[in-house]
Amino acid sequence: MHLKAEHSQTALLQGLARNDKKAIETIYKENFNLIQALVINNSGSTEDAKDIFQEAMIVLYQKVGSGSFELNCQIKTFVYSVCRRLWLKRLMQQSRYSLHENTDDLVVVDDEMEDHEKRNTEFTMMEKAMGSLGEPCKSLLEAFYMQKKNMQEIAGSFGYTNAENAKTQKYKCLMRLKKLFFTQYKNDSL
Amino acid sequence: MIEDIKILEAVERYITGEMSPDERVYFESLRKSNPEIDQMVVEHTFFLQQIARFEDTRQFKSILNDTHSHLAEKGLIQSPRLKGAAKVFYLFNRYKRTVAIAASVAGIMALSISAMVWSFSPGKSAIKDDVQQLNREITSLKNQTREQGNQIKNIKTQIETTDLVPPDITYTTGGTGFLVDAKGYLVTNAHVIEGAKYVAVQNASGKDLRAKIVYTDVKRDIAILKIIDTGFKIPPAIPYAIRKSSADIAEPIFSLGYPRNDIVYGEGYLAAKTGYNGDTLAVQISINANRGNSGSPIINRKGEIIGVLNARQTSAEGAVFAVQSKYIHDALSHLQKSDSAYQNVKLPSSSSLRTTERTQQVKKISDYVYMVKVN
Repeated sequence: MHLKAEHSQTALLQGLARNDKKAIETIYKENFNLIQALVINNSGSTEDAKDIFQEAMIVLYQKVGSGSFELNCQIKTFVYSVCRRLWLKRLMQQSRYSLHENTDDLVVVDDEMEDHEKRNTEFTMMEKAMGSLGEPCKSLLEAFYMQKKNMQEIAGSFGYTNAENAKTQKYKCLMRLKKLFFTQYKNDSL
Repeated sequence: MIEDIKILEAVERYITGEMSPDERVYFESLRKSNPEIDQMVVEHTFFLQQIARFEDTRQFKSILNDTHSHLAEKGLIQSPRLKGAAKVFYLFNRYKRTVAIAASVAGIMALSISAMVWSFSPGKSAIKDDVQQLNREITSLKNQTREQGNQIKNIKTQIETTDLVPPDITYTTGGTGFLVDAKGYLVTNAHVIEGAKYVAVQNASGKDLRAKIVYTDVKRDIAILKIIDTGFKIPPAIPYAIRKSSADIAEPIFSLGYPRNDIVYGEGYLAAKTGYNGDTLAVQISINANRGNSGSPIINRKGEIIGVLNARQTSAEGAVFAVQSKYIHDALSHLQKSDSAYQNVKLPSSSSLRTTERTQQVKKISDYVYMVKVN
């Protein structure tokens, strides 16, 4: 029985790592209400609960994305511990310090939190950079780097006469994006 | 520039592993000998990783949002947008401290007020007078109902002997009602038809039409009647609408009702968005009202019914209350949920009197307002 539970947890995490909808849904369903109760019991709203929970899901996703499916605790404990930290941080920003909670089932998630914070900042920077890039640069780069289309296809759908011209345009756009991104990055590291 | 593009393309192909082995060896030696290209590779590797992570997280976020709505729709997680319980729970938790404080303050207030009333003017405070007056009204109503009860008993014995509807029913009490569906559905107050054995409605021409009660909601004081008389002719489409949203303070209003044997017009304005003692089901209006006005439609200048007149405060001059019109919509949907026979009842949703002059409005609406007679 115990072994089966372990096995299914690993299976869920593997599913999560490859964006398997069913696995994500299972983890979501089994953990959301607990987190919602935690947040709501500590002067948060349901929207806050959703935000915090989804952020914790991203932390878990990033963790399994690095290839480690060993959690050395239950998914529930991990998600709860992360949410707790995230929510405490938010409360501290509103200068409130303690939580009303009824579980001691916690794990140390310091590393994960640090890593997550860094990634979160990077995500925001990229989002900003992309946002201020403007069209058609944004769509062009998205088509190439995210939707993984080749230059031939891109030239066709964007209306360039040939792939070479599209490449030149892509290069210009990429340089602008890099500049936008790294300016923020350097400012932040200073 | 063309050179730059070529170099970057090479860097990208190198990073993504698209180079042939020969090309790769050549590029690696170039990297070693040229620090600028080496730096370019490092930087671009990092940047491509950033883009990949960004896209990955973005996609994952969108999956999470889809999952959330999907699970909420199925009811597998608690979501306040779809279910009331969680919201109540949340609000309760959010305000429970405030509520607790408020409750104890209210308790202290009540204690001190009753102490004051007792010590200064035992039994004769202004509050008590108001309450008493209301009580008296209720007692008189009770007496009335008792009388009615007796009369009904008498009639019952009559009926039991004949087993037919007596041809001449003397209707003893009544109010006003108005059509909400031209097929013969009327809305009035629940208290108008309370304890009714027979209900009839009388239109402007003075003809009695028998009706039956199809729905009552005592709490909201709303009842729906259906005219079952064969003498009823379905009139043209109802000219007024039944408003779903609440009305605004100071909005001019008028009413049509049967406080006596003729239809009587009254004019006023919406005075407050709540009824007696802050009752949220009702609104306060300023209008002349008399017995028999219960069930009168309260209409705004656009020809929309905003409420159903139902009570008058005895202790305050001109304070009249009306049930909010949205409860007519509620009443009908309740009725339709409990009985499929009423699926085809449809409330008028648009007013054809928006720009019509008041006298014409009244003329048109009069045909749809009935005297409700009860025995």
